[in-house]
Amino acid sequence: MAAVAERPAGGPSASASAAGQTVTMRIWRGDAAGGAFQEYTVPLEEGMVVLDVVHRIQAMQANDLAVRWNCKAGKCGSCSAEINGKPRLMCMTRMNTFEPGKVITISPIRTFPLIKDLVTDVSFNFQKAKEVPAFKPKPLDPDGKRRMYQEDVDRVQEFHKCIECFLCQNVCHVIRDHEENKQSFAGPRLFVRLAALELHPLDTNDRRELLKYKAGLGFCNITKCCTEVCPEHIHITDNAIIPLKERVVTEFYDPLAWIARKLSGRDPRKGIVE
Amino acid sequence: MATEPYETHEYDVIVIGAGGAGLRAAIEASAKGVRTAVICKSLLGKAHTVMAEGGMAAAMGNVWPEDNWKVHFRDTMRGGKMLNNWRMAQIHAQESPDRVLELEEWGALFDRTKDGLILQRDFGGHRYARLAHVGDRTGLEMIRTLQQHAVHKGIDVYMECNVQRLLKDGDKIAGAFGYWRETGAFILFRAKAVVLATGGVGKSWKVTSNSWECTGDGITLATDAGAELIDMEMVQFHPTGMVWPPSVRGILVTEGVRGDGGTLKNSSGERFMFKYIPEFFKAETADNEKEADAWYEDKKNNRRTPDLLPRDEVARAINSEIKAGRGTPHGGVFLDIASRRPADYIQKRLPSMYHQFKELADVDITKEPMEIGPTCHYIMGGVRVDADTTATAVKGLFAAGEVAAGLHGANRLGGNSLSDLVVFGRRAGLHAAEYAQALPSQPVVDAGEVERVMHNLLKPFENTGGENPYAIHADLQETMQSLVGLIRVEPELKEALDKLAELRKRLDNVSVLGGRQYNPGWHMALDLHNMLTVSLACTVGAIARKESRGGHTRDDYPTTDPHFAKVNLVMRQENGEMRLREEPLPEMPDELKQLFEEGH
Ligand SMILES: Cc1cc2nc3c(=O)[nH]c(=O)nc-3n(C[C@H](O)[C@H](O)[C@H](O)COP(=O)(O)OP(=O)(O)OC[C@H]3O[C@@H](n4cnc5c(N)ncnc54)[C@H](O)[C@@H]3O)c2cc1C
Ligand code: SF4
Ligand code: SF4
Ligand code: FES
Repeated sequence: MAAVAERPAGGPSASASAAGQTVTMRIWRGDAAGGAFQEYTVPLEEGMVVLDVVHRIQAMQANDLAVRWNCKAGKCGSCSAEINGKPRLMCMTRMNTFEPGKVITISPIRTFPLIKDLVTDVSFNFQKAKEVPAFKPKPLDPDGKRRMYQEDVDRVQEFHKCIECFLCQNVCHVIRDHEENKQSFAGPRLFVRLAALELHPLDTNDRRELLKYKAGLGFCNITKCCTEVCPEHIHITDNAIIPLKERVVTEFYDPLAWIARKLSGRDPRKGIVE
Repeated sequence: MATEPYETHEYDVIVIGAGGAGLRAAIEASAKGVRTAVICKSLLGKAHTVMAEGGMAAAMGNVWPEDNWKVHFRDTMRGGKMLNNWRMAQIHAQESPDRVLELEEWGALFDRTKDGLILQRDFGGHRYARLAHVGDRTGLEMIRTLQQHAVHKGIDVYMECNVQRLLKDGDKIAGAFGYWRETGAFILFRAKAVVLATGGVGKSWKVTSNSWECTGDGITLATDAGAELIDMEMVQFHPTGMVWPPSVRGILVTEGVRGDGGTLKNSSGERFMFKYIPEFFKAETADNEKEADAWYEDKKNNRRTPDLLPRDEVARAINSEIKAGRGTPHGGVFLDIASRRPADYIQKRLPSMYHQFKELADVDITKEPMEIGPTCHYIMGGVRVDADTTATAVKGLFAAGEVAAGLHGANRLGGNSLSDLVVFGRRAGLHAAEYAQALPSQPVVDAGEVERVMHNLLKPFENTGGENPYAIHADLQETMQSLVGLIRVEPELKEALDKLAELRKRLDNVSVLGGRQYNPGWHMALDLHNMLTVSLACTVGAIARKESRGGHTRDDYPTTDPHFAKVNLVMRQENGEMRLREEPLPEMPDELKQLFEEGH
């Protein structure tokens, strides 16, 4: 393990540090060609999250440490990583949730190819998004307006909370250790997107073909690992995946059921998990 | 220095930026049938727009039928202390309802009224409840909707690709040059027209609500290419940023908290805003708590609460309370919604604020007040554009969104940015496409110029033993925060000029460790050029505007000055120097002037 010389940097002063405490982090450094964990020790300050510590390391000891982030408030879904093996947002993981003095390990999310350090190639998700048939609204009301009621949009708004952190994609066992399945499996994030479109009160597009075949809904055996890691607490399995699975069963073989639902704009299915 | 090979792509229109403005521009250009690409330095869907919370202003009249574009126009102009470009304010007020409905057409799901229409919420400076919203995550809804629409239209997207220089053929735009973050390899775009939609500048200040991307790239690209800037001194400090713990300092607390009933209090529990109602807003602002509280329910018979005065007024008031020793233990003031609204209402209306305080500060906002203070948030100034077409002074160069200036004058009203993005994003895309279609041939890129740019970009790797870019950045933030902040005085501004000159020298000697591949140290070193450019422009403007107006407060000139009420400060680079001149504001037509005389 290389010793790292400290480079002077400003940034938040260490004077207010939580009683002079420091923290040691093991961070994966390397790229597709190879790499290793490297240890860094920096001063702690009250209220810090993991991303703050990573930034401090970057500013003081490893200017070239690659990490993605934008909002630092759990809103953009950029800073996903595996912290002590648990997939999480670095900006929403408080340092005071760890035992003081324990070394914390940060590695890049595993399901996607490594670019460098904590940054991975998530283009898979953008590629799959392209394959989803677009939103196609029904005609306007006769007075030129659109009416939707809060109780009908609530459930779809749940899906729209998705910040595309891809943590659910990362933990899904269908693709986590099975590169070969990526071709034919869109993953929980995309199931959430599909459910958002399918349950949208105005939508009329036909995605049965995609659901049945290309998206690979059938691979999912409802382990709920995706739901457990979702930082937006979206009920991915209960509210998105299961209704889609039911839909494949009823509507693929019964086109009339599909048409009836599209025309009414309402889904007869009840029993949503709140 | 040896040159290295780089990839080249050819388009009619390239849009730099994939926030609300850039995506909307690209959608429009592509719909006109021209070859279009979007370039952004983060992943698609992560631009700053995703963080917008409270809503998008549009006079749709769904909640208050009395509302219409004229009222919105008047609010925007008054909020901007009349420094706004009147024509932009008019276009914005007239077109924003259509742009909201268009988002709905593309799949956005706004919160609903009881009769199924788009619900609108109260925000500072807006006479009526006017902000279309989705809880407190409106920006996410906007960016996702636009992103998906753009993807389905088949527009090419270059993600994590950073544009460093615009290229010209004579006086015309010819393209842009930059690098891939992932590999550090260079990339050239040949384009007939370029739309800048690069967002803001907040990363030059220490306490800020802005992300790493907000380094003023578009403003710098534009002035380096010969375009003009206006109103660069007009920076908005949002009154409510988090103040504790230190690591979250600056993170935004949406104005929606006050729009939904929250109130500001000092350490003795006093609702202090009643002491700070300026003459300009006296007639329309409640002067007692009873009326202020009644206003939420009955806007006809009550005047609005001073908690919702425009942001510049509220930020100054908070600053004065803190200075007078009436602040909270951590140097902010209290924002209290817990004692004023039921817990379930707060959780439903402000879910991400609830989440944010709970997880980052151990504060339950349904039970305790929040501690807040001003944070650098938005720049009203920026690239000077033509109101109707968004064209800049450089042929083929257009700008929309936060990077462009004029609409918001001296102070932006909350919610007016999201609507700005789509109103002027659309116009930028449209006019860039038309310009490109009218251009007979693809402009020529000067290969020698590309080589020079490339050499400059690689210089930080050659400086060995030089300075850490993060150290320069920290000092820049310290300088802007302490000397060019919310309250300004001439000696400090002059001191800032000296410091900025020193920082510029230090930047020449910056050195970067590691290789080209995804190297944030290198990226920071390059971004510093942009941050220093906008910081300098802001400081030069702040020295010249010897008055206080909107986002620009001079302790040594504490009042507005009738002379400065009529001028924009226009800047242009000449021989590497920022030259400033005054220019009269465009004259508002009489029928619009009347709106201000009738005393609405
Ligand atoms: C926390 C927060 C809350 C807000 N809430 C509201 C609100 O409720 N209502 C409201 O109206 N406004 C709000 N605002 C303001 C508003 O969100 C922003 O002003 C607006 O989103 C800016 O949008 P934009 O399209 O101009 O740029 P951005 O969304 O900032 O996007 C800029 C784009 O340009 C790209 N870019 C920049 N430089 C380069 C480069 N050199 N090369 C390539 N690409 C580049 C970036 O990658 C990004 O894609 C809020 C702001 C913040 C910070
Ligand atoms: S529930 Fe399905 S989609 Fe989610 S992790 Fe398990 S297998 Fe994957
Ligand atoms: S569904 Fe949840 S876990 Fe999956 S990408 Fe969206 S926010 Fe992340
Ligand atoms: S930085 Fe945006 S979610 Fe962590």
